[in-house]
Amino acid sequence: MPEMTMAQALNEAHRIAMQEDSRVFAIGEDIGDYGGIYRVTDGLLDEFGKDRVRDTPISEAAIVGSSVGAALVGCRPILEIGFVDFVGTCWDQIINQAAKYRYLSGGKASVPLVMRMACGAGLGYGVHHSQSMEAWFTHTPGIKVVMPAFPDDAKGLLLAAVDDDDPVAFFEHKLLYTFKDTVPEGRYAVPIGKANIRREGRDLTIVCWSRAVHWALVAAEKAAVDGIECEVIDLRTLVPLDEGLIQNSVGRTNRLIVCHEACRTSGFGAEIVSRVVESSFDFLDAPPVRITAPDIPVPNSLPLEKIYLGPENELLDAVRNLTAVHSHKRQH
Amino acid sequence: MASNKNEEFESGGGVTNGLTEADLLDMLEKMHLLRSFDERVSERCKRGEIPGLIHLGMGEEAVAVGVSAAIKPNDKMTSTHRAHGHFLAKGGDPKAFMAELYGKQTGCCRGKGGSMHLVDLDCGFLGANGVVGAGLPIAVGAALGQRILGEDFVTVCFFGDGANNQGTFHESLNLATVWNLPVVFVCENNEYGISQSIHAQQKVPHVSDRAASYLLPARIVDGNDVLDVYTAVSEAVAAARSGRGPTLLECKTYRTAGHYEGDDQSYRPKEEVDEWKAKDPIRRLERQLMQEGVLTDDALDEIKARVWKVVEEATEHAINSQYPSADDATNHVFAIAR
Repeated sequence: MPEMTMAQALNEAHRIAMQEDSRVFAIGEDIGDYGGIYRVTDGLLDEFGKDRVRDTPISEAAIVGSSVGAALVGCRPILEIGFVDFVGTCWDQIINQAAKYRYLSGGKASVPLVMRMACGAGLGYGVHHSQSMEAWFTHTPGIKVVMPAFPDDAKGLLLAAVDDDDPVAFFEHKLLYTFKDTVPEGRYAVPIGKANIRREGRDLTIVCWSRAVHWALVAAEKAAVDGIECEVIDLRTLVPLDEGLIQNSVGRTNRLIVCHEACRTSGFGAEIVSRVVESSFDFLDAPPVRITAPDIPVPNSLPLEKIYLGPENELLDAVRNLTAVHSHKRQH
Repeated sequence: MASNKNEEFESGGGVTNGLTEADLLDMLEKMHLLRSFDERVSERCKRGEIPGLIHLGMGEEAVAVGVSAAIKPNDKMTSTHRAHGHFLAKGGDPKAFMAELYGKQTGCCRGKGGSMHLVDLDCGFLGANGVVGAGLPIAVGAALGQRILGEDFVTVCFFGDGANNQGTFHESLNLATVWNLPVVFVCENNEYGISQSIHAQQKVPHVSDRAASYLLPARIVDGNDVLDVYTAVSEAVAAARSGRGPTLLECKTYRTAGHYEGDDQSYRPKEEVDEWKAKDPIRRLERQLMQEGVLTDDALDEIKARVWKVVEEATEHAINSQYPSADDATNHVFAIAR
């Protein structure tokens, strides 16, 4: 299998989708001539032409709204928003238009639309270019939410998202674009709604997504030196949530950590903890733990941004602390 | 217009617009249909049978009918919160319309959309919208889709004067012109955004003044003259079909009803409303057609009787239809039930 970066894997997914289906087109700022600010759409303009690779003005509401309209008449747009932080400017089109069309039409209208959005901190970009806003989307019924952590998943999930008949919010972490790994050749789809156990373990379950998966794998490796075996679940899709896989894992490990880069309050970690407590309370040997950013905007100054990105370093301690908690319930 | 049966209407030096007598009578009947439906909806709102926020288009019928007469069944249309007339004029089924307002399972959206969220893709009606200005980029997208799919349709985008101060208006006009897309922007300028006069909300006196910023061809239309609307839209649609890009038409009209059912209308003088009622677009066409000898009192009575029957049957259908089943509350969030 060839090795490639996540940006290259996403580029390949675009090419395959656009070669296979003339209804698929790409739209966004600087995606054509410039090849995309992350190079994800590099070369598409040459291969598919200006009609299907649409460089737009800086008009996010028009980008999303025109994609909704094109989808309603039978196209399958893939739009790019360079920083998810900008969705405030097109939020109505996302949550009131794209997300609602199927429902308000009694199932008669479809908006098959992929919204690719770059997220994440770590580059000193500050408050308007660094956020992880997935919970804004998960709180809106009608949008699927996908957050790959590896290039192979990025390619397969993007192809699945293009095939999907509903709007898909597709989050790409900026620091993962250059992450290199093996990627299968040709067409394949990674099903939306299926999580993946990236590392098996018996002692506790870490549920995570996007860049936090890489933090969890490092922490699990270090914990293994002390004989603690972590199971790392890469969620890949937040909506629909693969609740069964999480339940099954927690049923075996009896301990849960949820780790995400987004800030804490009303973060998606709260949703996962709630569901596990509701479904698997009797299996838990200790209270579930959330390892998240603090409830602050993402600061520009690098030492301060490191504080925002605290979960990366807090995770190993959390693993040790949680496994040190003895089961109270089982002693009774 | 579809009818070819009659000779082209020859008025005594008046505007013929390439329309036959049958076309003109059909337009008159449609305007009556829209008015009668709004009157019925208003009555049933007051009775408490139709719930929710209802925005009537009384006084604005010439715009909806003039536009729809100038486009084909496969052309697309986006609409606003004041959508009843657009939906019916575009060819939306009257029974499915009324049932939708009643929240019934036989409604065009299975009762889940309602007055502000009517959709009927089969007749090219891409959607009413509860958010002012939200339909504009969607219309531009439909036109973009036409370009990408290589299909043969134009898109008409209705919006109100209130929308011209929304960002989506400006983004959409810019995108449509920069990509030369086949879309016709039709402003129903009814003078008020809820309680505020347009002149209190913007410095430029006309919505069409905005078009200059985008080098977008625009003109002001008498929105109470269905023939002026028809002519202007026909030209704009011909331009769009032949690759000459978008046009903006500002139809000057007035809503003689309140903003919504229940609006006390304390923000405008009664004399102003009466002045506009005297310019009623339906009476105007009736007078014109009677003068031309196209319409007789008997023919008008027949039109009203046919319209009454449609409204009556639609209302009966809505009342007699079932509400959606409880399952429908959770259906249709996603394509496949999870």
